[in-house]
Amino acid sequence: MVNLKELAKQESKISSGHRMCPGCGAAINARMFMMGTKHPVVVANATGCIEVSTTVYPYTSWKVPWIHNAFENAAATISGVVSAYDVLKRKGKIKKEIKFIAFGGDGGTYDIGLQSLSGAAERGHNFLYVCYNNEAYMNTGMQRSSATPYGASTKTDPLGNKRQGKQEFSKDLTKIMVAHNIPYVAQTSISHYNDLIEKATKAFEIKGPKFINSLSPCTAGWGIKENDSLKVARLAVETCFWPLYEVENGKYKISYDPGDKKKPVKEFLKVQKRFSHIINDKKAIKKIQENIDKNWQDLKKLEKCDF
Amino acid sequence: MKNMKPLTGTEAASYAMKQINPDVVAAYPITPQSDIMHGFSQYVADGKVDTDLIRVESEHSAMSACVGASAAGARVMTASSSQGIALMHEIIYIASSTRLPIVMNVVNRALSGPINIHCDHSDTMAERDSGWIQMYCETAQEVYDLTILAVKLSEHKDILLPVMVCQDGFITSHGVEPVKLINEKKVKKYVANYKPKHSLLNIKKPITVGPIDFYDFYFEHKRQQVDAMQKAKSIYPKMAKEFSKVCGKNYRYIEPYKTKDADHVIITMSSTAGTTKEVIDVLRKKGKKVGLLKIRMFRPFPNKEIVKELKNKKTIAVLDRAASFGAEAPLYSEIRSSFYEEKNKPEIFSYVFGLGGREINPGMIERVYSELISGKAKKENYLGVRE
Amino acid sequence: MPIGGIIIEPGNSKNYKTGSWRTFRPITDLKRCIHCMQCWVICPDDAIAVKNNKRIETDLDFCKGCGLCAEICPVKCIEMKKESEFNCNKKIKNKKM
Repeated sequence: MVNLKELAKQESKISSGHRMCPGCGAAINARMFMMGTKHPVVVANATGCIEVSTTVYPYTSWKVPWIHNAFENAAATISGVVSAYDVLKRKGKIKKEIKFIAFGGDGGTYDIGLQSLSGAAERGHNFLYVCYNNEAYMNTGMQRSSATPYGASTKTDPLGNKRQGKQEFSKDLTKIMVAHNIPYVAQTSISHYNDLIEKATKAFEIKGPKFINSLSPCTAGWGIKENDSLKVARLAVETCFWPLYEVENGKYKISYDPGDKKKPVKEFLKVQKRFSHIINDKKAIKKIQENIDKNWQDLKKLEKCDF
Repeated sequence: MKNMKPLTGTEAASYAMKQINPDVVAAYPITPQSDIMHGFSQYVADGKVDTDLIRVESEHSAMSACVGASAAGARVMTASSSQGIALMHEIIYIASSTRLPIVMNVVNRALSGPINIHCDHSDTMAERDSGWIQMYCETAQEVYDLTILAVKLSEHKDILLPVMVCQDGFITSHGVEPVKLINEKKVKKYVANYKPKHSLLNIKKPITVGPIDFYDFYFEHKRQQVDAMQKAKSIYPKMAKEFSKVCGKNYRYIEPYKTKDADHVIITMSSTAGTTKEVIDVLRKKGKKVGLLKIRMFRPFPNKEIVKELKNKKTIAVLDRAASFGAEAPLYSEIRSSFYEEKNKPEIFSYVFGLGGREINPGMIERVYSELISGKAKKENYLGVRE
Repeated sequence: MPIGGIIIEPGNSKNYKTGSWRTFRPITDLKRCIHCMQCWVICPDDAIAVKNNKRIETDLDFCKGCGLCAEICPVKCIEMKKESEFNCNKKIKNKKM
């Protein structure tokens, strides 16, 4: 368990005055991940909500060194920073231990930044990559990404007479990262701060590339109230739409198993406007439910595997 | 001679890199650049340098990693060609606007399409407004010397701009020439340690690099870049002179060859300058008053120096190894504009040549001179193409 | 102005107040507060002030009024009230940089 009273004694690494929307999941993610280490941290940020909202020149919300380069290259950028750190430390020019973290949204991670992430992971640079996953291109105005779930309406999957919402299931980036055989991969959610901060702390301490995919509700993009991001993120976990698990050195471990209390996915879908058009479509709901059930069973099997 | 070594242009670049011993190098293969990184990788493998070599998965990531490493206070180098430059285009602009002193060896190669691996300057001409200093080398010797000079130039506190050191693909890059090397200790003493003012790794003074910069400040930052280029132009001659004490040659922005009494002059860049010199020597023996002005530095562009050198000439042919579709060829356009305010200016003609590695030989250059002399040159000419 | 667009004053967005965005204001009954810090951990805007291990009043200069603090509060001691109910004598103003 995370000791919040102890954490609250630390100075926050991100200051107030950033311009993320009220109730924004990305802002919560950024803050919580930065609570994960007491060491000095250098941050790289892909273009996206966190980046544009925290550094509107001449203002910055970052109290730690921070770099934004472009949309698709947060992982490549941080690998350059890590590389500089490694060599300057080797040459005795830097003594302190410094941690490295990169933030990217799902667009900057699942889609345009996948290659640079894959490359940096394979090269073994010592950094933590966090995908704050709000399941679409929210910063550009809610277009679909490969993280957008089946059925969700977006600006590029609008509701029309012939086609309604996204027709494809999202890709499983977490497992793609597992396939990189890196020491630590996990899924977490802002609704479970204990889980999130513990995973962050653990990841920061592991040497090598680490990847955490964290669910990040977007009030405008998901069509939820400002004070609902917590509730919706929790429902995602409780319905197993977004299971919490970690993969340490290839070994799967489910972090939260609702057991018999696993809720039907409709509970998660019905509170969001992006799914309102399918909420009474039994066929669509069944399709989503079956997909979730299968993925959940697969995950349980993977947990039992003794590799 | 002890300090002479037969080297190709790519070997000259990697040897200079070895002597510089940068902190971080990002490498991604592309023909004809790959040999630079082959050579440098061997130095890394043999422990001759203590560079952290990042073997990236694309040129886009190469330049991205360079930006990260440079912002973290490291001395950073990379190399590329053609499509590689095009792929990193986005980050090339970010490197210069973030004012990061990265040095990139470029082996010029034609841009697709259709795909081609041979030399022209379309790849770096496409980056001429990117805010990088651009230097074009005629020989492996120039590649070697200018790579070392480029490090100091880019890191100068009043400049802080990235530099491209360009050589002609397969011509300079793969041809062997004798190169006069500088003693390694002397190189290290010359380049010295890089001490950046700000660094991401200075955790006591956290900086924010690459914020979003709207209409209220973006323009000022662009204006700073304009100033930095102007400073580069005014600081460079002094630096080149200083460097001449190290390398034995004063590398001016421009290099005139037998222009003093010449009536007809060719302006060109890179290896073609060498071919032109050969032709000049032959024609001079026949009593023709011909000369050459080689442009070494294309950005910042030494317009005043060019005009000063050539304002009394009768004709000038500008030989461009790149085209600008729908407008004048890039070097020609710069030269014409440089002469705009002169009252008595030479007649200036454009010759586009060598696209995609098309041969440029002494006979063709001789033809250019004879067209200049006879007054038969057209305003815009395409040399060596099937019309 | 530093070159290259870098910002050398860490965390200076403290000078950019976002409290004016608020349509709801969190009113905390500090007598009932158990100082569990869950509101502090969830607040997207770092607007929950903590002093000597105790949660004190919300920083209204920055609170955007999302209500997640009220949502997470285990003893329900935070109430969201319409901003219009308050007499806004103290207008939040941003200095021009």
